Amino acid sequence: MDLGYNPMKLPVCSIRKEILLNQDDVVIRCRGLVKRYGDVTAVDGLDLEVLRGECFGLLGPNGAGKTTTTEILEGLLPADDGDVTVQGLRWGESDAELRQQLGIQLQETLLPAKLTVTEVLRLFRSFYHNGHAVQEILDTVELNEKKDAWVSKLSGGQKQRLAIGCALVSEPDILFLDEPTTGLDPQARRKVWEIVEKFKSGGKTVLLTTHYMEEAERLSDRVAIVDHGKVIALGSPRDLIGRLGGEDVVEFSVEKGVRLPDAGDLESLTGVQSVLIQDEMVRLSVAKVHLAVPALLEKLAETGAQLSMLTTHHATLEDVFVALTGRHLREA
Amino acid sequence: MKHSRHSLIELTMARLKEFWREKEIVFWVFCFPVLLSVALGLAFRGQSEVLIRVAVLDVEGAAELAKSLDEHESIDCFLLTEAESVVQLRNGDVVMLVVPGNPHSYRYDPTRTESSFARLLVDDALQRGAGRQDLLLGKDDYVEQVGSRYIDFLIPGLLGLNIMGSGMWGVGFAVVSMRAGKLLKRFLASPMRKSDFLLSFLLSRLVFLLPEVICILGAGYLIFGVEIQGSILSVLLVALVGCIAFSGLGLLCGTRIKTVEGAQGMLNLVMLPMWIFSGVFFSTKNFPEFMQPVLKFLPLTALNDAIRAIMLDGASLASTAGGLMIVVAWGVIPFFVALKIFRWN
Repeated sequence: MDLGYNPMKLPVCSIRKEILLNQDDVVIRCRGLVKRYGDVTAVDGLDLEVLRGECFGLLGPNGAGKTTTTEILEGLLPADDGDVTVQGLRWGESDAELRQQLGIQLQETLLPAKLTVTEVLRLFRSFYHNGHAVQEILDTVELNEKKDAWVSKLSGGQKQRLAIGCALVSEPDILFLDEPTTGLDPQARRKVWEIVEKFKSGGKTVLLTTHYMEEAERLSDRVAIVDHGKVIALGSPRDLIGRLGGEDVVEFSVEKGVRLPDAGDLESLTGVQSVLIQDEMVRLSVAKVHLAVPALLEKLAETGAQLSMLTTHHATLEDVFVALTGRHLREA
Repeated sequence: MKHSRHSLIELTMARLKEFWREKEIVFWVFCFPVLLSVALGLAFRGQSEVLIRVAVLDVEGAAELAKSLDEHESIDCFLLTEAESVVQLRNGDVVMLVVPGNPHSYRYDPTRTESSFARLLVDDALQRGAGRQDLLLGKDDYVEQVGSRYIDFLIPGLLGLNIMGSGMWGVGFAVVSMRAGKLLKRFLASPMRKSDFLLSFLLSRLVFLLPEVICILGAGYLIFGVEIQGSILSVLLVALVGCIAFSGLGLLCGTRIKTVEGAQGMLNLVMLPMWIFSGVFFSTKNFPEFMQPVLKFLPLTALNDAIRAIMLDGASLASTAGGLMIVVAWGVIPFFVALKIFRWN
């Protein structure tokens, strides 16, 4: 899909702000990260800095290189190129020290099926010098009622909360969450979010990987949008959405065989900030939806075009991703 | 709570609980060998009661011949047509066919021990029937003494087999299923000491070794009266060495395999030959001379030989040292190779 031009005129990222940061506040830093699998470059010169006490979201479609990046930062994969520091330490030099400080939840870990919730937490607790009592974690992840149940008897959401419990049991400074709510129903997802928010409220740092824009918007202080192994936009969710120029998005398409109004004509409509025409679909970023829609209808009536579809919604990170890449998060 | 139990203890406890809660594994480790020994013990009890089944081709005068053979205490004789005899010989329902004539001819497969035996037996009966007088008299003295029966041979073999199976599956399979479920990777992401992890497998194997030994030897003693001629402590020590060795070999087998199916294939590939070639169910002496040096160096052969020497011949631990060295080598070398090439994710 060739967009031809970048109608949203998005700045790629605001580097200036980070240079001014106190270096002590940067807990994870990576520069020029590269990882290749054969001919495929999964991570292609990725830079990022995560600040103490923030929840930093890596948002992108499947296959964007988020998990690879995370696992390099977690010291589970060697990078082909680039420099990584976590808490000012480097993998390969201070592994034992780093492992004590990090709480890690991986995608799709099958915890021992025939152990109880308590037994699994006790096992993970035994790996760390310091940490929470198992009972505290049971309370935190709301698994008290299930504490004597085998892992195999837990629901998807309960298993995921237990996996997060295993990451929290060491009282970590940094929590890595890789797609923590993939495959969960909305209620189970909200419970996970509450746990993450509780952890963050203690001034701790979270690095979150997700392809759900609601999750990134709700949990993240800052989001890096990742595509093809690179950060293509960076900022707070509000900031990124704001760069679209309008708070709302109007999408419409017209009956076949009728000429659409020109992009320029549409952009000059009242309240319309920018226009993206993609196949049959037209997306307008609008500031005042109550003015923009009547203006649009009037314009269409002028040109004799019949609407076949019209929707409006509040702009989300999804719209930011579409504006940047012409693709949706889910379709990669 | 600012302290917790040592991770080696927690890991070992986790292994033990997982093992115990997996009822299928408990069956294979504790019940299966006992059932197998009972079945085989019954099948091979009192060889003298077994009748040799032979046939006479149904031609003129065959009925009389068959009747006289059938009267022999060890022969069960049938009249068969040509077509029937082909089928029954092939199926092993009868082991030899007598074609009456002058001379009689014996149709049988000489590679079958039972057939060769039938040939001697039938010929002997017919010769005597024809009036042959034996020049030398022999007297039968049946061996029924405890320690020389088939079950006495079998029980030590089953013990060795079980030590191999539980070591290989208990370590090799468990490691691969943890890798397949990405649990190994999760452990790698924690500060868990890798030595604790590997040691926990060995410790949990050792904890279950004693009940395994007691189960098999106890069943052998209670059901068949199989006794241990040598020291029981020596048997336990040999079992311990075998347990450690097969844990090491199991670890090597599971060291790089990614799927549970792959692990099953690999473990069977390594273990099945030893089911046959290591003297579990029958003596390795049945195989040709040129194979003997190879068979002797298989870990299970060495283990079985050591257990049998102590249990049946009352040998001392010291006298089995040579065989035990082979077993130890099979454990230690794979263990260190496995450590070098082990894949966590």
